[in-house]
Amino acid sequence: MNYLFDPAHWSGADGIPTLIGEHLLYSLIALAIAAVIAVPLGIYIGVTGKGVFMIAGLANALRALPSVGLLILLVLLISPAFPSRMGYILPSLIVLVLLAVPPILTNTYAGVRAVDAAAVDAARGMGFRTMKILTDVQLPCALPLVLSGVRSALLQIISTATIAAYISLGGLGRLLIDGKAQNDYSQMVAGAVLVALLALFFDQLLAFITRRVVSPGLTRRTIKSAPVAEPVKTPVTV
Amino acid sequence: MIKFENVTKAYPDGTVAVDGLNLEAPTGKLTILVGPSGCGKTTSLRMINRLIEPTSGTIYLDDEPTSGMDAALLRRRIGYVIQHAGLFPHKTIVDNVSTMPVLLGESRQKARTKALELMERVGLPASFAKRYPWQLSGGQQQRVGVARALASDPAFMLMDEPFSAVDPVVRGQLQEEFLRLQREIGKTIIMVTHDIDEALKLGDQVAVMRVGGKLAQMATPSELLTSPADDFVADFVGRDRGYRSLGFTKTAGSVAIGEEAVVQLGASGEEARAKASGAWVLVVDGGRKPLGWAQPELLNGELKRENLNLSGIPAAASGTMRQLLDAALSSPSRRGVVVNEHGELIGTVTATDVVKAIEAEPHLETAR
Ligand SMILES: Nc1ncnc2c1ncn2[C@@H]1O[C@H](COP(=O)(O)OP(=O)(O)OP(=O)(O)O)[C@@H](O)[C@H]1O
Ligand SMILES: [Mg+2]
Repeated sequence: MNYLFDPAHWSGADGIPTLIGEHLLYSLIALAIAAVIAVPLGIYIGVTGKGVFMIAGLANALRALPSVGLLILLVLLISPAFPSRMGYILPSLIVLVLLAVPPILTNTYAGVRAVDAAAVDAARGMGFRTMKILTDVQLPCALPLVLSGVRSALLQIISTATIAAYISLGGLGRLLIDGKAQNDYSQMVAGAVLVALLALFFDQLLAFITRRVVSPGLTRRTIKSAPVAEPVKTPVTV
Repeated sequence: MIKFENVTKAYPDGTVAVDGLNLEAPTGKLTILVGPSGCGKTTSLRMINRLIEPTSGTIYLDDEPTSGMDAALLRRRIGYVIQHAGLFPHKTIVDNVSTMPVLLGESRQKARTKALELMERVGLPASFAKRYPWQLSGGQQQRVGVARALASDPAFMLMDEPFSAVDPVVRGQLQEEFLRLQREIGKTIIMVTHDIDEALKLGDQVAVMRVGGKLAQMATPSELLTSPADDFVADFVGRDRGYRSLGFTKTAGSVAIGEEAVVQLGASGEEARAKASGAWVLVVDGGRKPLGWAQPELLNGELKRENLNLSGIPAAASGTMRQLLDAALSSPSRRGVVVNEHGELIGTVTATDVVKAIEAEPHLETAR
């Protein structure tokens, strides 16, 4: 733990704040790219039913991916084309995006599929056009599952972003790798703890956001409301 | 008016769900499509708002063929109620009911005000406004579904088994309330059901369909009972249709109503014995409203509420032959209690009186 509490480690170009900043930067960029790919794709497949095979096949294939192996392969392929640090950043991002796509894709698909068909039918029957059904009914109803996909994707990304350090980039992985190289266990522990804290923090943040944006009608949280009872309105019989 | 002209629907797999349907649902009337499962009722209904496109034939809305219209705009003119209500789970009840007005461009505020009125109209307390659909029972959700369809005040309504998802008691209530509502609003409605009793109870006219999507008979409920077009209709309408057709026959003063001596609660045993005819005496309250029957022989002391037999069902003098007959048959004294529109006693009838009246007038005026 000493490593964490040494003020010297909290400043400078490879101080802890910088490492956290880099770690987050890779993570969030990767998450954003993954979401931009996976959410629309999941919606499309969920709504049209086209390409369902992709969900199971692609998602499982990507899940089984050896991230470090892929990262090194990608560096070998890509870095010659990009002279700068980009040649290393790009492969890291690609690996992280590939990790994040499956949970978001499968959850978005499942979320859209699970929307009450009767509600969609009612919307169409009332004269909603296709786009409005999507934005007003299907998406809000799918939101809890989409967000839980994003949540597990972000956890994966934050813990996996340590691999960027393998190819001499920044991020909290530095502490693990440098610590190992220097036999400095205190530094390695600090890295692991910080990654865990970061993951925990974002998990809670997303849980909080989920509670704020998902309708209580879907999560079945009781908001302040009267007791649920049938209003007995017996019709008068003769 | 909604009119089907030679409408056929063949699904891509070759199933002919509706076959050459000709049918007219008159303005302001409730037309019911009824028939066994799979006879094409839902398909017919959904072709009207073009959730399903007909294979051939034309459907008219007030003489205008629907095929040329923009489907979404067409649907906004027609209220649509589906079997399990299909409420939006993520929206509050008041926002569910506001859906159509908001879609049609009304401000959310105005739409909510209107929605609250409508909720009251279909028997939902205002305290439900902020609830979500999962917090309501099936019957309550069904009411919300009806309110939502009425919110834009459409001239036409389509209802697909709107009362089927609830228990018989609630269904009866919803039906009664719906009939009352329809008497006020007089919309052009097509309702689908597979329950012949519901069809006969609610419909101004009833279209019986047979499997294969053909119309078997289109008639008023009493015509269906008294002159079914063929064996299929006769069978579908049911075995006790003779008795049930009495439900469409107004008594219209043709049954002799006898005087009935009455006592009030607190009467002595002697008084009750003196007034009784046979073993039973009728007990009323101070305003001559019937309370029940009592047996003076079993009394010790004065007549109390727990001495009352409550099995009899009073009939209104303005009611139907069926209600009158049922009043007689359900009464322990076999004398059926007849009341006026305020629920006050007029007299009693026996089953024999009712049957005599039925036999005397084979062409009684029908209720609808
Ligand atoms: N999308 C479809 N593709 C093929 N056949 C269909 C389709 N929808 C319905 N059918 C068939 O068309 C026929 C009529 O179906 P429809 O749903 O209109 O019946 P229904 O009278 O409403 O029955 P129920 O009382 O059971 O609801 C049935 O034989 C049904 O199997
Ligand atoms: Mg049906």
